[in-house]
Amino acid sequence: MIIITYIQTYFSYGLIAFLGVIRDLFRLFLEFLNSTNDHGYAPICPRFDDFYIRRLYLRIQDCFNRPIASAPDAWFDVVERCSNDNNKTLKRITKVSKCLNLASYNYLGFASADEYCTPRVIESLKKFSPSTCSTRVDGGTTILHTELEECVAKFVGKPASIVFGMGFVTNSAILPVLVGEGGLIVSDKLNHRSIIYGCSASGATVRIFEHNTPSHLEEVLREEIAEGQPRTHKPWKKIIVVLEGIYSMEGELCKLPEIITVCKKYKAYTYLDEAHSIGAVGKTGRGVCELLGVNTADVDVMMGTFTKSFGSCGGYIAGSKKLIEYLKYTCPAHLYGTAISPPAAQQILSAIKVILGEDGSSRGAQKLTRIRENSNFFRSELQKLGFKVLGDNDSPVIPIMIYNPGKIPAFSRECLRQNVAVVIVGFPATVLPLARARICISASHTREDLMKGLEVINRVGDLVGMKYLPAEPKKQHRVKLE
Amino acid sequence: MASTVEGMMKQAFDWAMIALNAPFAGAVVFGVHIGGHYVAEGLLVVVIIFLLLQKSYKPPKKPLTEKEVDELCEDWVPESLIPPITEEVKFEPSVLESAAGPHTIVNGKDVVNFASANYLGLVGHEKLMESCTAALEKYGVGSCGPRGFYGTIDVHLDCEERVAKFIGTPDSILYSYGISTMFSAIPAFCKKGDVIVADDGVHWGIQNGLHLSRSTVVYFKHNDMESLERALEKITRENKRASKIRRYIVVEAIYQNSGQIAPLDVIIRLKEKFRFRVLLDESNSFGVLGSSGRGLTEHYGVPVDKIDIITASMGHALATDGGFCTGSVRVVDHQRLSSSGYVFSASLPPYLASAAISAIDILEENPQLLRKLRENVALLWKDHWSFTHFVLFVVYIIVLMVVHMQMLKEDYVFVMVSKRSTLDKCNLPVGVKLFVSASHSESNLLKVSDSLNRVSKLILANL
Repeated sequence: MIIITYIQTYFSYGLIAFLGVIRDLFRLFLEFLNSTNDHGYAPICPRFDDFYIRRLYLRIQDCFNRPIASAPDAWFDVVERCSNDNNKTLKRITKVSKCLNLASYNYLGFASADEYCTPRVIESLKKFSPSTCSTRVDGGTTILHTELEECVAKFVGKPASIVFGMGFVTNSAILPVLVGEGGLIVSDKLNHRSIIYGCSASGATVRIFEHNTPSHLEEVLREEIAEGQPRTHKPWKKIIVVLEGIYSMEGELCKLPEIITVCKKYKAYTYLDEAHSIGAVGKTGRGVCELLGVNTADVDVMMGTFTKSFGSCGGYIAGSKKLIEYLKYTCPAHLYGTAISPPAAQQILSAIKVILGEDGSSRGAQKLTRIRENSNFFRSELQKLGFKVLGDNDSPVIPIMIYNPGKIPAFSRECLRQNVAVVIVGFPATVLPLARARICISASHTREDLMKGLEVINRVGDLVGMKYLPAEPKKQHRVKLE
Repeated sequence: MASTVEGMMKQAFDWAMIALNAPFAGAVVFGVHIGGHYVAEGLLVVVIIFLLLQKSYKPPKKPLTEKEVDELCEDWVPESLIPPITEEVKFEPSVLESAAGPHTIVNGKDVVNFASANYLGLVGHEKLMESCTAALEKYGVGSCGPRGFYGTIDVHLDCEERVAKFIGTPDSILYSYGISTMFSAIPAFCKKGDVIVADDGVHWGIQNGLHLSRSTVVYFKHNDMESLERALEKITRENKRASKIRRYIVVEAIYQNSGQIAPLDVIIRLKEKFRFRVLLDESNSFGVLGSSGRGLTEHYGVPVDKIDIITASMGHALATDGGFCTGSVRVVDHQRLSSSGYVFSASLPPYLASAAISAIDILEENPQLLRKLRENVALLWKDHWSFTHFVLFVVYIIVLMVVHMQMLKEDYVFVMVSKRSTLDKCNLPVGVKLFVSASHSESNLLKVSDSLNRVSKLILANL
């Protein structure tokens, strides 16, 4: 069954590419007839480099970059757009439609105004104003920042932490400080673009190990330590293994205990990126270490972002006191980047207090239970309906495989028509034939919201032909829903 | 017995001779009669040549055994994750207890603040606060997604239109963090094989972008136009395919590391002469230079479409966070799909985008802010130096901290000292920096210049 799907997928891509090539030939011909004069400058965007973008992506451009006009809560207003030139440009129109939000990273429901957090955020705004206009080391450190760093360190379970204004910059500015030339970075195959940027900016040698495979990691480490540096064969200065807590395109948890054992055996340092897992998994929301029973002292550098579970912005690094002190003196993002906006810092502080129950209510614990139950319920129901779903239990990221490029926009547009907003991901974020729809569950989704989502996805899945696995018998299924 | 063997051998020999001397064994090549024995000799030559062409014997490579690999792994000792921290890099930043306006509270005392790039004095402005509060109540704090996946909020689109309208370009794109703007924009346009000529005093964000782009980078002496011209000439001369590869000049309008202003008119002249494209970083000049704050292009009277890409961080004059990049429609659209810091990162929090819109509105309605800023700078400088709004005194780095702390403790003046990361390649001298704001009063300015003069004389006398 799956082979037929692959054949169909490749055939569809081939057909679209073929049509694209024919259109390009026409374009070449027309351009030759009326050639534009660049006055001796090389074109700023090479004319035929972006074939994928022009001939594939532009056709389905309306499925991406959809603007919204309200907070990204469980239900939000999606602004409609129209196009006069066959999807090349899209214009906003005033019409909005209220849709179920299965797309935003709103794991604990802090995305919209919250009864505990928002008044405190507005108070901080009045006291410290939206920005300090300065870097952390100059005039940008306020009492909020120091409080935030202590709070994050305590929450994550490490002695100290340092906070930055953006998650992407955290990864790309920390790795060059930790390891340089003469060092080795062993990175998981499906790591995020910010980690790839950081690895390439560091100047160290980079080796990739098969996604989530501790045995291959061990092989790579043995080989590299035995060989030493390329050409000179001098021993490596240090080795850092970089992995993520939850992989955002697969919804999988990393095999942390096995990987930590391997790293300890070969004396490699571990760097864990918990962008999607901090706050969302674990009994008290402390991430994959708590969920998988790993002692936080075994991970050398823990990184995370505040965008997903805390409804704010920014990133952090948590580690030993010496490590954080060193980073504070040398990391370019800390020395040159603007300090994180004080209201955003207050939002993170308040969100952590709610999660830990320090605000005097049990909302935090309720949110954590709800997100776990919601994710498990949604995943199991989708599997029963016959969809091919990836990811592990307890993970709030649920990818549904689509494969065929023709079905990608069909799924997205039809769901939107029925007021459910979903995210579809294709090349280059994933491998070419493995396009998928990615659902992000939130603690603010109620059971009714999830049922509506399931109903719509079920209907659209039938229409589009996305049910690649056999569904469970209908009778059993109906009984479960009641 | 012997005679039969002898007889047999003789017979064999005779047959061999007959075979070699038979009519067909001999050949007539070009009228030369070749005897049969030449065949045998020819075969021998072939064998010799064959042997000569064989590679010499190399003993086969034996891979390491498992036991040997185990031993190597056990013996290997990594360096510690971080090197030991030396005394001279240590410092503790002062902690603010109130907003970073012209006055702020440090350690319970009110100090005059020259350490925030709050050029127009918009920190604490009520219109900004109102729009932020409204945005916070409507949208919450974060945007919870990248721009491609429902992280595009209508305020982002409004902000982009507003910025483009203000500067006078067709379109602009918003980034969620100031320094990520340059280091995401540069790799989107410059790839391996392109040539970039950059000033050697550019800040770390640009240096990182240049490194990530993998293009050939040529540095010219800081703000030295002759050095730039020489570099441009050299590249055009040496590269025969110069017109086919993309070539860029990267400069900052007001340099973060030295406070000098780039002479844009000369740069434009050189750019048009050698056919390079210009990438201008206007972080410190947007909202400051030009009669209405539109930046360096207005200051020099150059039409804004002559600059191909303009980037700026909004964390300076606009008193918010994030950054933007503006240029032609093609330039901006290209970044929406190929700029990593835009595609793979969550979008700017909506309240900061609405703060930016309000800040630009305030700037447009109140051009007297710019006049006040210029007066303040002039007061501080009394026509000795060129027009900059932050000022550098060259002092040795170890002494800088002492100057900073003394000014803070004794005179209640809060200034900034330059710090360099180990990854920063800039070699410009470090010093004390003052960020002048439109909201500083005359007494503030007199206080800071007195304090700086007094403390620096004291410290330098004791050196």
